[in-house]
Amino acid sequence: MKLDSKIPQGPLSDKWTDYKDHLKLVAPNNRPKIDIIVVGTGLAGASAAASLGEMGYNVKAFCFQDSPRRAHSIAAQGGINAAKNYQNDGDSIYRLFYDTIKGGDYRSREANVHRLAEVSGNIIDQCVSQGVPFAREYGGMLDNRSFGGVQVQRTFYAAGQTGQQLLLGAYSALSRQIGLGHVKMFSRHEMLDLVKVDGKARGIIARNLVTGELERHSAHAVVIASGGYGNVYFLSTNAMGSNVTASWKVHKQGAAFANPCFVQIHPTCIPVHGTNQAKLTLMSESLRNSGRIWVPKKKEDAEAVRNGSLKPTQIAEEDRDYYLERRYPAFGNLVPRDVASRAAKEVCDEGLGIEANDTNEGVYLDFSSEIKSKGKEVAYAQGNHDPNEEETIKLGKQWIEEKYGNLFAMYEKITDENPYETPMKIYPAVHYTMGGVWVDYNLQSTIPGCFVAGEANFSDHGANRLGASALMQGLADGYFVLPYTVSNYLADDIRTGKISTDSPEFAQAESNVKATIDKFLNNNGTKSVDHFHKRLGLVMWNKVGMARNEKGLKEAIEEIGQIRDEFYKDVYVPGTSDELNPELEKALRVADFLELGQLMAMDALQRNESCGGHFRNEYQDAEGETLRDDEKFSFVSAWEYKGQDTTKAELHKEELKYEFIKIAARNYK
Amino acid sequence: MSAAKNINITLKIWRQKNADSKGNIETYKLDNVSTASSFLEMLDQLNEQLINERKEPVAFDHDCREGICGMCSLYINGRAHGPETGTTTCQLHMRKFNDGDTIFIEPWRSKAFPVVKDLVVDRSAFDRIQQAGGFVSVNTSGNTIDANSIPIPKDDADKAFMAAACIGCGACVASCKNGSAMLFVGAKVSQYALLPQGKVEATQRVQNMVRQMDEEGFGNCTNTGACEVECPKGISLENIARMNREYLKSSF
Repeated sequence: MKLDSKIPQGPLSDKWTDYKDHLKLVAPNNRPKIDIIVVGTGLAGASAAASLGEMGYNVKAFCFQDSPRRAHSIAAQGGINAAKNYQNDGDSIYRLFYDTIKGGDYRSREANVHRLAEVSGNIIDQCVSQGVPFAREYGGMLDNRSFGGVQVQRTFYAAGQTGQQLLLGAYSALSRQIGLGHVKMFSRHEMLDLVKVDGKARGIIARNLVTGELERHSAHAVVIASGGYGNVYFLSTNAMGSNVTASWKVHKQGAAFANPCFVQIHPTCIPVHGTNQAKLTLMSESLRNSGRIWVPKKKEDAEAVRNGSLKPTQIAEEDRDYYLERRYPAFGNLVPRDVASRAAKEVCDEGLGIEANDTNEGVYLDFSSEIKSKGKEVAYAQGNHDPNEEETIKLGKQWIEEKYGNLFAMYEKITDENPYETPMKIYPAVHYTMGGVWVDYNLQSTIPGCFVAGEANFSDHGANRLGASALMQGLADGYFVLPYTVSNYLADDIRTGKISTDSPEFAQAESNVKATIDKFLNNNGTKSVDHFHKRLGLVMWNKVGMARNEKGLKEAIEEIGQIRDEFYKDVYVPGTSDELNPELEKALRVADFLELGQLMAMDALQRNESCGGHFRNEYQDAEGETLRDDEKFSFVSAWEYKGQDTTKAELHKEELKYEFIKIAARNYK
Repeated sequence: MSAAKNINITLKIWRQKNADSKGNIETYKLDNVSTASSFLEMLDQLNEQLINERKEPVAFDHDCREGICGMCSLYINGRAHGPETGTTTCQLHMRKFNDGDTIFIEPWRSKAFPVVKDLVVDRSAFDRIQQAGGFVSVNTSGNTIDANSIPIPKDDADKAFMAAACIGCGACVASCKNGSAMLFVGAKVSQYALLPQGKVEATQRVQNMVRQMDEEGFGNCTNTGACEVECPKGISLENIARMNREYLKSSF
């Protein structure tokens, strides 16, 4: 396998412009002769399908949900970054680029990240023109807020529902193209294999989830935008249906899978409540603009709040440890996600956790200081320069409600506690996967004609993603990168004609999928799919989670292999193949997670350094901060599939070259 | 937090093999349900029990479980998304129920939302309404004007956002005695009507969306207001009034 990143020559800020100017085009009269498949309808998939349809290509779009509007991009809360510098606080394309590279702990490509920063402003322009109702100031201008790992205000938002508004914007563009007949939509369909003809991606096998029918769909190019693989941990902030299957099938067909061990554990999620829990809920990072994170200084106080004999509001200021403000004074509560998550784990490991669950894991996110200071600000703005405490707190709560009302309401529904009165309890949870299918500068995988966009690819976030950058990347890929690079690829296909689905390649792929489905339905085991998924998740969380070490990773590789063997022997999948069968859908997805999980552990094991979301106990400095090894590990690990026993996978390396910025220790102190 | 405890419940659930078959209510006993569980985690627990008994699990739609994707539905004890107002089924928790309760669970009931299986219905009619006009006809080139070049009064932006907060779950239709989709369509029409970017095609949009809505077989609005009460996102009836005004305007 040869990894060619195809990064264009020339000065950093000119690369994308020059490159675009020289890409091949497909003339408008030829585009309707060309078919493109897009799998997934989140920000990347919907924007890609809409843009390619608008250009005149014949697009087929697929999603497993009942409507493209439900893709999990919709759940993104906090915002989207763009280097507009509307707040006049010194922001620029270069700063957004620099913050993203540094935030990713110097494990991403300069050229890709710079392109992302370049198009970030266009995204906001585009969305506003589509009628996306971003938050505004009283003067009618767009409002911004700050996110972790940066010192400017560049995050655009729509209350705590930014992902929803952006996705509905992309969905509206997609709907327009469906209405015009340029895109044909296949909802409740799941891609179960990629079909290659003469080495090129030429179609997919999809299952109609309502009728169970297996369908052959051909195309001249296939775009995978099926999201991340956080659900390998069973418990995550991902949607229940989020899965790795489309990406993994592409990997099995020869696409390299990059940096699988780079997983983002988000610091502010609602702690686990019990063994029947199905998923975890995120509380937006934007809350760290206003909330202060702390635990009790004394273990006895932590124990007392856990058993209910002490309320957090009764703990005196001097008995609280605002550990992020103490350790990282320059960024305080707004350190990047990986740093905040590890710090929470450390204080809980010391016995200072405050949640009354099995593991005692939880810390406080406290809004009382902000309620007081904002209440005072509002009172002053209203002409009251001497507000009493009651007035101040009332106004402060109103201010908080306007900014974060939906998040506070959601928290109260889930936990039955009122966060206006008592601090929120939070703990890190699996949220986003930086790793994914390896792609070159064109977002093309190592399979010609197979492009991968959004969270499904590995491209822009290195070892840690900054808040509000996922939405930016999804839309950048779909609106502003793929339309150019896919066209460039398709320029050679204008004479190819329709791809037949009667070829042996399609027949073989379909019969393989059918055999797998039949095997599950006839397996007649004794345990449910969830039983195995939960066991896998526990191994992943404990041994391939926030802190990893050689011993644990070796055990994980072994244990996941055993769970996989048992799964194939003993899983019970009820129902038939010719109906809506959610258990069968889960079985097919978990089968892929059971291979991926092992690869993640192997990737973490070979990376003998700590960087971003990948923390190895063996590699930390005296203060417990990550210790990168740039000499040996400044590369993208790209794995080649060598069969279901993932331990046989072969590692390839793409060296990362930093030509334009100086690689440095990542310091948020 | 009120301490979680375990309760035992009886479930009466609509079972229907597929769109063509006749359905019926089945009864299930479920013990040891934690009151900290969400309603859908309770259904997960039921399905685990059914699988262990070699019975067919209950099919229901769900995905994000954060109250935002709009995929979950369910008529619970005669109310869309259950007894809590402003709450989707996935955000409903078992602490709202008592030990010994009997809970009825049915799919959305509406001609325009045919049952697919058990509690799963087909809401693709909403997609088709959106395809008829729920967009601004702007190409995705990114070469539009600067995002701040048209100031939008905060009040308009906020109102547009509140209308755009609709999650397309269909509770409004399911709750309406007429099976009307006016709240859903009104919210989308309003979002665009309130913003300068949407005003250009306002006439065509409302005509096209309303035509599609009628073709899909949704009923008309008689201002009962059940939709607003049951909407998990608190979409206001004002949006229906605004759509009617837009529709009238567009007819001249």
